[in-house]
Amino acid sequence: MADRVRPGRLQRREARAAYIFIAPWIIGFLVFTAGPMVASLWLSFTDYSLVEPGHPVGMANYQQLLDDPRVGKSLANTFTYAAMFVPLGTVVALGLAMLLHRVGRAAGFFRTVFYLPVMTPAVAAGAMFLLLLNGQRGLLNQVLGWFGVTGPNWTTDPAWLKPSLAIVSLWTVGGSIIIYLAALNNVPRQLYEAALLDGAGPIRRFWSITLPMISGALFFTIITHTIAAMQMFDQAYTMFYGPQQKATASDESLVYMVYLFQNAFEFFKMGFASAMAWVLFLIILVITVVQVRLGNRFVYYEGDSPR
Amino acid sequence: MSVETRPLPPSTEPPADPDLAARPLPTSGPARDRRRLGPGAVLRWLLLLVATIAFTYPLIWLVSASLKPKSQVFDNRLVPETFQWSNFVQVWDAGPVLRWLFNSGVVSLMAAVAVTFSSAFVAFGFAYFRFRLRGPLFGLVLATMMLPGAVTMIPVYLIWHQLGLIDTQVPLWANNLFGSAFYIFLMRQFFLGIPRELFEAARIDGCSHLGLFRRIALPLCRPALIIVFIFELQASWSDLLKPLIYLQTEEYFTMPRGLKQIVDGFALSGEYHWEIAMAATLVATLPMIVVFAFCQRYFLEGLATTARQG
Repeated sequence: MADRVRPGRLQRREARAAYIFIAPWIIGFLVFTAGPMVASLWLSFTDYSLVEPGHPVGMANYQQLLDDPRVGKSLANTFTYAAMFVPLGTVVALGLAMLLHRVGRAAGFFRTVFYLPVMTPAVAAGAMFLLLLNGQRGLLNQVLGWFGVTGPNWTTDPAWLKPSLAIVSLWTVGGSIIIYLAALNNVPRQLYEAALLDGAGPIRRFWSITLPMISGALFFTIITHTIAAMQMFDQAYTMFYGPQQKATASDESLVYMVYLFQNAFEFFKMGFASAMAWVLFLIILVITVVQVRLGNRFVYYEGDSPR
Repeated sequence: MSVETRPLPPSTEPPADPDLAARPLPTSGPARDRRRLGPGAVLRWLLLLVATIAFTYPLIWLVSASLKPKSQVFDNRLVPETFQWSNFVQVWDAGPVLRWLFNSGVVSLMAAVAVTFSSAFVAFGFAYFRFRLRGPLFGLVLATMMLPGAVTMIPVYLIWHQLGLIDTQVPLWANNLFGSAFYIFLMRQFFLGIPRELFEAARIDGCSHLGLFRRIALPLCRPALIIVFIFELQASWSDLLKPLIYLQTEEYFTMPRGLKQIVDGFALSGEYHWEIAMAATLVATLPMIVVFAFCQRYFLEGLATTARQG
């Protein structure tokens, strides 16, 4: 591992070869990431609209972010959706992973079952769930009916649009289940044995052993799910937006990315949309930094892990 | 890959703890499991049964709904009262579905092949060589994973607009030629697992750097290549945002974009043919189910690897 590079000609040759290998990424980074980032920042201070060249408008776009009530609304919707899905998805996935951890060989079968929905394209899942969640005749409300519960109009009642988005996302939580199951399998058995000898009950064992030992995987999925939830688009757009719904769509289902997309590619307000994108970036950055800070306090990394 | 789980010796299990005592140990045979089926285990299997139904039923329901006549789509029967196979014929009238499937296949294959080889190439650069800027540059690779696509979305659109490639499928895969941060990270982890002596020996035998990559790194990391390939295949197949942005002509649509069009179309005309929409949904989903059926273990392995390195 720790071989020192020989100095001189050979070292230079090695370095040159190295840059040849990473050249594609450097080019891609400059053309598709760094350049566009600068351009996007510049656009956010203009009124660029594809048909007309952009004029600098100072802070006007950012001022409009504050003035346009739909920006705030869409941001609030996105937060609400994330606040529903991320904790719920984590708990459900962890619960199912813990069940699978206990069933021995059958776990293989269930892993397949739980992962299968992830393969469904978001548009397909959205279209399916429009019917499954139908207020009058949908399957979910029919099942709820068996238990004497009258289900809401999931797809039309403004109050239930975000929960129905969360339900669709919950259906595709299989990836986390697999990740948690792998993490649970890596917890050394001796820890449980020792805890048992010390008389720790199942709840105590969960909080003192299981949770700390898989905290790395939990942390990873919570961060990635939060970032993904903030950028939710496909399902929301499939279920609640389209050419026909412009007039009727309730703002309760307007998530941030949908509004951003509409501004950029339906209203061609690209300067304004760029400003929206930068605000989203900053929000995600802040959330992630906070999560990483919190994570450093709670996540337990095994010092001499055999991985 | 995974740490072997050892069963607890039975003597250490206090009988006062039925929950743990009921745990079917991985190495124990079925007979032993059955003997230990306590209330905890019954509850566990019951919960798993409910979860299994919740996760699979929508897909089974989809197959069933796509075969029903219009009036029965919402009857939620598992087996259709009347099988209307013609739905799958009528799907072709709702849009050029075969064309969309073909487009999706081409786009996702191009995207997957491009990203697999470019990411592996770049990852090898970061894994094998030691050079001054390696640390900072690799940090930059990881940092780009945090960047929301929305920030670069508009300028990247303008680039393709300048190149006159709007309403072609090129923008859907071409940027994959330059590697993708997450896959570079993943492939690098795999390359780092190859013993360095292997490369050194090949170098002494006169193997070029490209040879190291092609003859040693790639063959040894075939599973990793497959993992990257199928993950990108699935991601690209499912994507809606890019086709929405870049494609205008119906002929060029990918399957998800086409499916969205079909659903919207029925909504526009006011006459919902959900049975046709569901048949189209099934058509859009089925190829991925087939991919999963064949590559299941790579999907699961890939996720487990991600978790370990997260």
